[in-house]
Amino acid sequence: MNQRPENRGAAIDLDTVSKAYGSFKALDAVSLHIKPGEFMTLLGPSGSGKTTTLNVIAGFTDATSGELLVGGKSVVGVPAHKRNIGVVFQHYALFPHMTVGRNVAYPLALRGVTGAERERRVRQALDMVKMADFAHRYPSELSGGQQQRVALARAIVFDPPLLLMDEPLGALDKKLREWLQLEIKRIHRELGTTFVYVTHDQEEALVLSDRIAVFNRGGIEQIGTGRELYDEPATLFVGKFIGDSTVLRGQAATSGDETALAISGQTVVTDKRLANGGRPVMLLRPEKLALAPRGAADAGRNRLAGRVGEAIYLGSGSKYEVVLADGSKAIVRSTLEAQSFAIGDEVDLLFAGRDVKLLADDDKADLTLT
Amino acid sequence: MEMKPFTRVVLGLVCLLVAIWLVAPTLVVVPMSFNENKSLAFPPQGFSWQWYQNFFTNPDWTSSFLNSLKVASIVAVLATVLGTLAAFGLDRMRARPANMLRMLMLTPMVVPGVVLAIGIYAVYLDAHLVGTLTGFVLAHTILALPFVLIAVSANLEVFDRRLETAAASLGAGALTTFRTVTLPLILPGMLSGLLFAFATSFDEIVVSLFITNPYLKTLPVQIYSSITRDADPTVAAVGTILLCATTLLIGGGMLLLGRERKGRP
Repeated sequence: MNQRPENRGAAIDLDTVSKAYGSFKALDAVSLHIKPGEFMTLLGPSGSGKTTTLNVIAGFTDATSGELLVGGKSVVGVPAHKRNIGVVFQHYALFPHMTVGRNVAYPLALRGVTGAERERRVRQALDMVKMADFAHRYPSELSGGQQQRVALARAIVFDPPLLLMDEPLGALDKKLREWLQLEIKRIHRELGTTFVYVTHDQEEALVLSDRIAVFNRGGIEQIGTGRELYDEPATLFVGKFIGDSTVLRGQAATSGDETALAISGQTVVTDKRLANGGRPVMLLRPEKLALAPRGAADAGRNRLAGRVGEAIYLGSGSKYEVVLADGSKAIVRSTLEAQSFAIGDEVDLLFAGRDVKLLADDDKADLTLT
Repeated sequence: MEMKPFTRVVLGLVCLLVAIWLVAPTLVVVPMSFNENKSLAFPPQGFSWQWYQNFFTNPDWTSSFLNSLKVASIVAVLATVLGTLAAFGLDRMRARPANMLRMLMLTPMVVPGVVLAIGIYAVYLDAHLVGTLTGFVLAHTILALPFVLIAVSANLEVFDRRLETAAASLGAGALTTFRTVTLPLILPGMLSGLLFAFATSFDEIVVSLFITNPYLKTLPVQIYSSITRDADPTVAAVGTILLCATTLLIGGGMLLLGRERKGRP
């Protein structure tokens, strides 16, 4: 992050922004501060409000209420074409009747940039996305990935202090997507512009972002770095949406600083307790879970009986799906080659109480996951 | 499926017959226009250019030809502007009322010309529009409007409105967006609409017969009155000229539509 030439990005402030369609609240009092030059990803399932937030920032949608500042100035009521914000769309939205060069020159022409200066900046923008050789082609002659790079060049050529990207890699295949993610990261580093990126792909969010805002049902569940979201999820929804996870539910009992869950006659304990009340559930990451043959001695750890439902060899280790006595499923990742299990094996699921993330149960967390 | 040679020959012959049957009545006028005698007999006798000469020198013919040209040109422009605006409005309305309005605007294509003509004539008598340029232009625009509406609507259906959003994000206001993005992309539809509108007005006869008077005749009216008064072969010469012109116009329109369709990825 220290390679940025200069901090030319704008800060974005959303203050209790709401958007209602009739009685449906697409956005419910969303507040979000984005630092200048930051790469902020809005992550969430479809219909969670992330794209609506982007549209409100871009000026394509008017918020029903709330304040929106770009670079410290309110842009509420300012039409999209006067906001000077670059936007990259999922479906490229290149003008089919113009060549690549003319597409990229379009925002410059509107700003009165002419002649050699315009050509220089078009060239520079196309160089940055490595499409300079295609200036005379028409969009229909390009592949999806190439079109999206041209769209990116068109969105940055006029040096906007803020670039919005709405699932820009959504229509591309996995290999191309991974390569373009790194390209976007590089361009962000070189430009120093504030990037706001919308995606439903948590891996993509982790690869790209300085910080991630996790959206659910028109609100933000948590804002933080990828590490913070993975290690310290604030809600069950975030814990389940970022990374693989196992959720244990049972009869809860609290004593002192300890919380115990009774699951089908077995009890598991953690040295944590829920601060704000609510029904506690335990969330465990796959790498914090271990498997042992049924009955093998291992003191000091929590133990739950289960049966291997699925065993997947990953090369770097194995992934197991274990069906517990209450019918719920646990996901275990093991790098121990010495120990391997087959489908149907009776096993014990082992984990330490300190590796448990204790979260309040939330029935919303299940409904929105697909 | 592989076709037997015999089947192929029979199929070809049948197609040829149908084609001749469709085109022959039109093509009959071509040889008749070179007839030496003052009769519309077929087959014609001898060869002469005199009927073409008559068309270009007789003020009855030249003035009606110029009238038609004038009316059709104004109608083409007017119908294109109105039809494009209508297509835009309908494209951006809610589906149900838009469909109702679209049907309404397409009725001139369905309603029998005579019925329309009677209605227009009745109104024109009161409004003193019979035999006026305004009268012809208004009546023909009604008839030409559906063609523009259909052509432009077809273009708008495949037009990606997200391009307008993209243009806005790049700094283009509504008018600039229309001029630089929307208009160039629906221009082929507008042009073919324009051609169809011109052709519709230029060869319109039914309504024209009702609203004409001796001071303002369009070419089809002049042809009709000429052929009912005396069998003047000039009619055949005009027919030949019209045939060529219309073929060029409609052919051009088809080409534009076809190229537009191919141009889409």
